[in-house]
Amino acid sequence: MSESPFAVEMNDIVIRFPGVLANDHVNFTLRQGEIHALLGENGAGKSTLMNALAGLYRPTMGTIKINGEVVSFSSPKDAIAQGIGMVHQHFMLVPTQTVTENILLGLDEPRFLMRLKAYDQKVLALQEQFGLRVDPTAKIWQLSVGEQQRVEILKTLYRGANILIMDEPTAVLAPQEIDDLIETMRSMVAQGKSIVFISHKLHEVTAVADRVTVLRKGRVTAEGVDIQGMTKRDLAQLMVGRDVVFSIDKKPQEPGDVVLSVKDVHAENNKGVPALRGVSLEVRQGEILGIAGVSGNGQSELAEVITGMRPCQGSILINGEEVANQPPINSIRHGVAHVPEDRTHVGSAPNLSITDNTIMKAYREKPVARGWSVDFTYARENARKLKDAYDILAPSVETMARKLSGGNLQKVILAREISQEPRLMVAVQPTRGLDVGAIEAIQTLILAQREAGTAVLLVSEELEELLSLSDRIAVIYEGEIMGIVPAEEADVEELGLMMTGTRLADIRKQKATADTGRIEA
Amino acid sequence: MNLEIILHAGLATGTILLFAAIGEVFAERAGVLNLGVEGMMLLGAMAGFSTSLSTGNVWLGLLAAIIAGGILSLAHGLVTIHFQADQVVSGLSLTFLGTGLALVLGEGLTGKNPPLVPSLDIPGLSAIPFVGPVFFTDHSLLVYVGYLFVPLAWYYIFHTRPGLHLRAVGEKPDAADTMGVSVYGLRYLYVFVGGCLAGLAGATISLSVSPGWYSVQTTSGQGWIAVGLVIFAQWDPLRAALGAYLFGALRRGILDLQGPATLLGMTNPLYINSNYGFFLQMTPYVLTIIALVIGSRQAARKRLGAPAALGLPYIRGERGL
Amino acid sequence: MKLPFTILFEKRMEDVPKWLPAATSIGSVLIAFLISGIILKLIGGQPLRVAGFFFDATFGSWAAISDTLVKATPLIMVGLACTVAFKMKLWNIGAEGQFYIGAFAASLVVLIPMVPLDSPRIVIIGLMIIMGMIGGAVWGFIPGLLKGKFGVNEIITTLMLNYIAILWNNFWIFNKWSDAGFQMTPPFEKNAWLPRLADYAREFRAFSGITLHLGVVIALVATVVVWWVLERSRWGYEIKLTGDNKEAARYAGINIVRNVILVMMFSGALAGLAGMSEISGVVHRLQERISPGYGFTGIIVAWLAKLNPFAVVLVSILFGALIVAGREIQPSGLAQLLQGIILFMVISSDVLLRYKIRIIRLQSPAAGEVEVA
Repeated sequence: MSESPFAVEMNDIVIRFPGVLANDHVNFTLRQGEIHALLGENGAGKSTLMNALAGLYRPTMGTIKINGEVVSFSSPKDAIAQGIGMVHQHFMLVPTQTVTENILLGLDEPRFLMRLKAYDQKVLALQEQFGLRVDPTAKIWQLSVGEQQRVEILKTLYRGANILIMDEPTAVLAPQEIDDLIETMRSMVAQGKSIVFISHKLHEVTAVADRVTVLRKGRVTAEGVDIQGMTKRDLAQLMVGRDVVFSIDKKPQEPGDVVLSVKDVHAENNKGVPALRGVSLEVRQGEILGIAGVSGNGQSELAEVITGMRPCQGSILINGEEVANQPPINSIRHGVAHVPEDRTHVGSAPNLSITDNTIMKAYREKPVARGWSVDFTYARENARKLKDAYDILAPSVETMARKLSGGNLQKVILAREISQEPRLMVAVQPTRGLDVGAIEAIQTLILAQREAGTAVLLVSEELEELLSLSDRIAVIYEGEIMGIVPAEEADVEELGLMMTGTRLADIRKQKATADTGRIEA
Repeated sequence: MNLEIILHAGLATGTILLFAAIGEVFAERAGVLNLGVEGMMLLGAMAGFSTSLSTGNVWLGLLAAIIAGGILSLAHGLVTIHFQADQVVSGLSLTFLGTGLALVLGEGLTGKNPPLVPSLDIPGLSAIPFVGPVFFTDHSLLVYVGYLFVPLAWYYIFHTRPGLHLRAVGEKPDAADTMGVSVYGLRYLYVFVGGCLAGLAGATISLSVSPGWYSVQTTSGQGWIAVGLVIFAQWDPLRAALGAYLFGALRRGILDLQGPATLLGMTNPLYINSNYGFFLQMTPYVLTIIALVIGSRQAARKRLGAPAALGLPYIRGERGL
Repeated sequence: MKLPFTILFEKRMEDVPKWLPAATSIGSVLIAFLISGIILKLIGGQPLRVAGFFFDATFGSWAAISDTLVKATPLIMVGLACTVAFKMKLWNIGAEGQFYIGAFAASLVVLIPMVPLDSPRIVIIGLMIIMGMIGGAVWGFIPGLLKGKFGVNEIITTLMLNYIAILWNNFWIFNKWSDAGFQMTPPFEKNAWLPRLADYAREFRAFSGITLHLGVVIALVATVVVWWVLERSRWGYEIKLTGDNKEAARYAGINIVRNVILVMMFSGALAGLAGMSEISGVVHRLQERISPGYGFTGIIVAWLAKLNPFAVVLVSILFGALIVAGREIQPSGLAQLLQGIILFMVISSDVLLRYKIRIIRLQSPAAGEVEVA
């Protein structure tokens, strides 16, 4: 066995999918005991590369070496046998089974009879070693997102993984939980593990990594470079290829009358658990109210009660008229546009054409409707105009929606919603999963709506996005609003504290006491 | 209307539904909806009958029935797992295929008398008052097999490691895949198991409980009732067995209702005009609908229910959120 | 032996070529015939002779063509019924039952009777048409309501209702309206019969014995109506959208429950219309067996026609031919087997619509280059 400083060596990797060259002759190395960040924007090929390392894909070309020996994985089982463990971005957990059952999934032991209690104990012992606490007998659907992530990590550790791949692990965590995760990672490295950390967030990468590899459009633009000496600007340049403009051109303007008024709304989520507990807020014409918060704290439910897709108690007024507890058609008629969180499963019909998708809200009224029928000629013409105006890349307006890239699909959805000339636009995670070009385009469109006088409710997990686009920011935590602050005065630390459960009033009080304490001393 | 007789007959008739339903439970727990059960049952009935006839060996007949059902189900598996065709339509096509094959290959079998599955008493247990005569006396061997099969199936699914993998594959196949469990392999396996059991159910009719070959009338929709029972059973073999035996008893009870001149002290309308019997014959089908309504509402209430990936083809690499 | 190329199944990224769906359907039928021929040969039959009989019986003479069209008529309407339901991913397996109840309801016009039996023909037939559709619609309403409001699986409910419908029918014809104790009603009055070409045999000698009846016109009218509803109307757009993505339809403001019920009723009405057409145009009475499984064949027709109303007409003619031929051909289960194989082939060939086959030439590794994984 050759002595190699590298735990993992990937040479000249090519991975091809129909229509896409995901990895183009990529080289990647991982040293023993280091945290190596794999950086790139959405769609750059980072997950694909690591999926190959985890045994899910076979590279079309190239070699992989583990501890100096060439390996070939035909399934995830082979990779696991080599000590590679992957913590996926979208958790691979069976919701109806317990923590221990999930950890044991796929193993040859126990041979036939499950003796769960014995294994529960084993899992607890493992937790102690790495400081990852979660109840082994709990069913996954009962756990919080952070706890579920711990289970994902435990799965890999239980199998004796020495090389851990963490795919966008912080996407679902609040700032303080991210600190905990970083602690865990350092502890694992101290116990001899090596970690690959996939991310598109520059500040995290600079905070935690030893070395970084940057991918852009399937190619390596920086290979295994030491983090020391790299600035965020350098990294951004390597990621995108041009000087990235970090600020957006937002003109100051005076908001108009109140369009949306939410008063003391209570609602349950799909599991019957309260998701909104007395939420009140207002959005005015020409302003963007950003909703910050870690995914799962009630944002989705808030959007759904406003757009009529979920029942609630309390009052929701659009221009003074009650819209709560009415079917979606009602909020559509009141001029509410909805850019939903799930663009493929809710916001569009994947097997229908772009034309069909653009008339989803307009088909009831003239000019798209003609009596009982739909004027498809007009609809097609209109769709063509929208395609040009919004710069949507597609072979034709008859192309099926599911053939479109994420960015183009989102443009179709926005084109449709904006055509309705809405009074209120509810946009939930509109730039999630999109590449930088598409993100800029979507953000510009949202700002344009603001200038046109539309009231905008913007839900987003990316604090940076909220800070640059919103006029005011409200933070939601466990179904309650912790505080609303004007965007210019917003302080990331304050926002982070609110996102993890401290009310604004309490934060200010604590600050005041700390300040007076200091002054006195 | 003798309760003992009704229960006794119910256990026998119920065994048919039981095999088919539990077979379908296995397939659906793995995430594959198999609507071809009726066709597989009929094919199994015919294959078993005809093999027993031509070889003179009823055990070979049972084997033939099992294999026939299994092979047909593999066609369903290929089309839905590898070709990712719609599981509903594929299942329907298999019902047509199985029925058609059974009718074509079964020409001329009506009226024949092949060796049948033997009936026996269980010594000792059959002496227990009430329980003995009902459960352990004069039953086909297959009924006793059924008794053992139910708890074994239940234990397998819920308390063993392979059962854990089975459930994972039907709930969240991508989680199973990333942990090295063969999603395709297991799905094929359990679809096959389901098909074999459906074939066995068919043979239980033609070689045991209602011996003979009556073309389409041999199964007369029992395969569909079994599929309905799976929903009522909430994908649990114990509940499936309960439902199956209950249905069996009800069928016998209905037949008995047509006989006597008085019913509960009043004149029996069926005795006067046997045509009212048609309404009685509707009962199993109406009951299946009712059982479905109950099953659907319970599922909604418990927020559990069907395996989450049921009916959806698994494609590696697709981020189905 | 190492082959110099590998075969890959690749997901199709561009749009499906327009000719491919039709090609897969036609190809499936041809292969199904081939396979049936093989099976027939294996059990000792004579496939070529059978094929000859088939052609003679179905298209060999005007009378034969008329027979084929007569059998195609109810198939068209049931095929349309299934098309409408399947467009919204509602698996209506109950077209058979809706057919029977439609026939029953139409018969009520004559059996009760609902209008005096010497009323003008157009009144009686018009009323029968309406009652036929109402009967079918009611039988579609039940599973529609259960699915829409309670989420009950419509495959099983519609199927159970098939059996219930036949039993219901049996009760009335064995009992109250039986013709001298036989399992059928007395024949209907002449002015309850759909006009047939044979009625005009006195004016046109060629028409004597031709049983083609007005039902075929009703079927064609229904085809155009269904086409217009599905492809041009607002409701059709809602059906298409709901069938593709229920959540998106809900998000777009569509009332899913209402549409489930209405579509099932529409589908049932079409099947019921087929029942009325059989009663009034062919059998001229209500009896125990009025359908050789039209309801099930209709499912295959709809799927083979890829849910296109005009293709439904063409496919129905093909299957009508199968039914006519099936009466003559031994063994009797062959028609069903053929149908099963056709459907199976169609869904298998659907895979070609989603994936394309690529053959890649393997290159020999050049010196220094890494081997192919």
